[in-house]
Amino acid sequence: MENEQRSGPVTGGEDLIEAKGITKRFGDILANDNVDLVIKQGEIHALLGENGAGKSTLVKILYGALEPGAGEILWKGKRVSISNPAAARKLGVGMVFQHFSLFEALSVVENIALALPKGEKIEALSRRITEVSQKYGLPLDPAALVADLPVGIRQRIEIVRCLLQNPSLIIMDEPTSVLTPQEADQLFITLQRLASEGCAILYISHRLEEVKKICHNATIMRHGRVVGGCDPAEETPASLARMMVGGDVHDISAGAIEAQPGDVMLKLRNLSIPSDGAFGIELKDVNLDLRGGEIVAVAGIAANGQSELFDAISGETQVKDAYAVEICGVPVGKRKINDRRLLGSAFVPEERLGHGAVPGFVLSDNILLTRYKTEPSLIKHGMLNQKLATEMEKRITVSYDVRMSHDNPEARSLSGGNLQKFVVGRELDRVPKVLVINQPTWGVDAGAAALIRQAIIDLARGGSAVLVISQDLDEIYELSDRIAVISRGELSVAEPASEMTREKIGLLMAGMGEGKSASPAAKAGETHAH
Amino acid sequence: MRIELEKRAEHSQLMTVVSPLIAIGLTLVCGSILFVSMGYNPIDALYAYFIEPLTTSWSIEELLVKAGPLVLIAVGLSVCFLSNSWNIGAEGQFTMGALAGSIIPVLFYDFTSPLALPLMVLMGILGGMAWASIPAFLKVRFGTNEILTSLMLVYIAQYILDFLVRGPWRDPEGFNFPESRIFDAAHVLPKIGEGRLHIGMIFAILAVLVVWWMLSRTLKGFEIKVMGETPRAGRFAGFSSNGVVWFGFLVSGGLAGLAGMAEVSGSIEQLTPVISPGYGFTAIIVAFLGRLNPIGILFAGLLLGLSYIGGESAQVSLGLTDKVTRVFQGMLLFFVLACDTLILYRFKIASSVKNMKEAGNV
Repeated sequence: MENEQRSGPVTGGEDLIEAKGITKRFGDILANDNVDLVIKQGEIHALLGENGAGKSTLVKILYGALEPGAGEILWKGKRVSISNPAAARKLGVGMVFQHFSLFEALSVVENIALALPKGEKIEALSRRITEVSQKYGLPLDPAALVADLPVGIRQRIEIVRCLLQNPSLIIMDEPTSVLTPQEADQLFITLQRLASEGCAILYISHRLEEVKKICHNATIMRHGRVVGGCDPAEETPASLARMMVGGDVHDISAGAIEAQPGDVMLKLRNLSIPSDGAFGIELKDVNLDLRGGEIVAVAGIAANGQSELFDAISGETQVKDAYAVEICGVPVGKRKINDRRLLGSAFVPEERLGHGAVPGFVLSDNILLTRYKTEPSLIKHGMLNQKLATEMEKRITVSYDVRMSHDNPEARSLSGGNLQKFVVGRELDRVPKVLVINQPTWGVDAGAAALIRQAIIDLARGGSAVLVISQDLDEIYELSDRIAVISRGELSVAEPASEMTREKIGLLMAGMGEGKSASPAAKAGETHAH
Repeated sequence: MRIELEKRAEHSQLMTVVSPLIAIGLTLVCGSILFVSMGYNPIDALYAYFIEPLTTSWSIEELLVKAGPLVLIAVGLSVCFLSNSWNIGAEGQFTMGALAGSIIPVLFYDFTSPLALPLMVLMGILGGMAWASIPAFLKVRFGTNEILTSLMLVYIAQYILDFLVRGPWRDPEGFNFPESRIFDAAHVLPKIGEGRLHIGMIFAILAVLVVWWMLSRTLKGFEIKVMGETPRAGRFAGFSSNGVVWFGFLVSGGLAGLAGMAEVSGSIEQLTPVISPGYGFTAIIVAFLGRLNPIGILFAGLLLGLSYIGGESAQVSLGLTDKVTRVFQGMLLFFVLACDTLILYRFKIASSVKNMKEAGNV
């Protein structure tokens, strides 16, 4: 059935847009090197590649947000110059961005009106919105305030906004990264419907399963070049990954044996924190026992309290109840981050640049950032031991394969994957007893992600307790022994990964478990159970 | 063809040194245009400004007298600015340091023991710190914008000085001039050599060395730079943002207060309604021209000191108004801040698409 849908419109489709020899250079980096791409009418075309492969650059050029250094673009066979996004929209190219550009304080119809040419009455536009949104199975209430809407609905606004301009090509950048599995399925139906009506879709995603499921054709990019194309239906996720990375992705071994949980190393008891500001998330009665030797993952959609939870455990946010957070048996709710580090815990925040590392500082100074308290010889009488910091920097960059253009560069000059390897390596170098890591491989290329995940597993198999906060379900299944789901500041009971199906996680992510979050009693029973 | 700014991967070491020099060059060019439009020969004017003062030993000494307070204040400000606190009120802290440092010579003029001078130094520092602690407290406690509060406190400090020298602190034997009594010899900072140069310059050099060491070698300096660049990462490192605000304001206030005390006790030797040609404001330019690096500030202080002397000399030899000095200083600050862009960005000339296509085909 899917295959029918896939092949149906494509065979008759004519070339809609063709990019020839697109080249774009940023400084020393050739972001796009003689890139060719053809998208036919009515096809869902996947653009695959690791981070930094040049996908975003190509897409921005097609959408008129960047000017190509060289090359030409043909639209329905005619050469066109797309000098700005307005020109792109005029041609019929629409784009749904990964990060939404919506005003929270405005209603749905107001947000859409802002993007359209002036002159249309709000009432008329509302009617059109309702019409289009129902036609494509994307129900929207034009009068609703954006601030009140969940992420999945906000994405619908972006899509409907795009559809109202009758595009012939829609570019979607990682559209499912913020959706629950159920919401993603809904989106796929819409996309297939659009394709069947002749609209082409350029679909950028990391999720190979999805690409396999809905895309008719795929173009694969690596290091700024197109390295191949394929019919995703005939490939496996593993073969797609291989084309992206250019070699077999290093398989991760979870260790021969099941985790043998040891003592509780991190304990959260009724951890509650009121939200700070209008867009903060309130943590409600969070409970968790994390034992030595196990990896527990916290799944959840972005901005459901993950960073609040991380800050509360790391000590960047302190709570009144000292017993709400215990690290290695010591109540630390009121203690500061370095006291918690001294007890043997280590933290890797989600944001590498600006939270985990200072962009303008060289790596050895970034080592000092989190290690100056736990490494007594780094500071003597208030003076920095920069020699030791540089030695540590060498050791860590070598053992975690951090690739740099020269010795000890500034943190900002590293690519996302290499910086993440450094930030993770800096903490793992201490062999912490408790590791809390938020989005360990977010925006990281497959090679770096494999290395980081393996390092996390090795740490846990060595007896440490690891809490992984992640939005990436594949990663969660790969790493975790138990899985809990956070939704609007409530954490579900952590259950063995084998019992947590994607559907179950999806339901919990969508808030079905709220109000029934783990109570200490339920928790105790659950941990005894295995 | 158009010019684009392109972000560099890292800070350019070369540009860190070269960008202030470019700024000086651009200031000289624009200064020349200014002189021409005023009807002066730019060569003569620039000579009067920047070369003539260096031809006599008297004016070189005077240059050091002027550079002393500039360097002292700017070194303190660099600590504050690096930590991303914006103390614009050094002029006020300078004034309050001068007032506190004058309590002994004006009110306890009989107290002439050798302890008097060290006490005056201490009181000068404390006076500046006290004045700086007001914006620090307001920022930490209420989140007030320190740029506004510290700036407004400058005018308050100047009115307090004005009130004191016209009122309670006026010299009873001074024929009603708005001036305090002339300081006793025991309350005057020792001179270096025969002329007006006093040990205030030594304070400045000591401050340069100590602050340079603190910023580059100690955990405190590391903390200041982290909090200044990325407060979120600073909190992750366990540093306190309020602590850094207090530290920056107290150091800059203390050094400005010391500069004020040294100016009054070393150069003027009494309190007058105006004790500073805007040292506290000019020091902001010095701090940035010196790239917030104490060693760089030493050189920048000499250059800005020269602009004061040059202004006086151009006034005498060409009849130029001394307001030109302020214009020069303003232009210099403008170009310094603008050229800072080059440290993290570079210019790129994007040629037209046609040219690029040819380049792409090669």
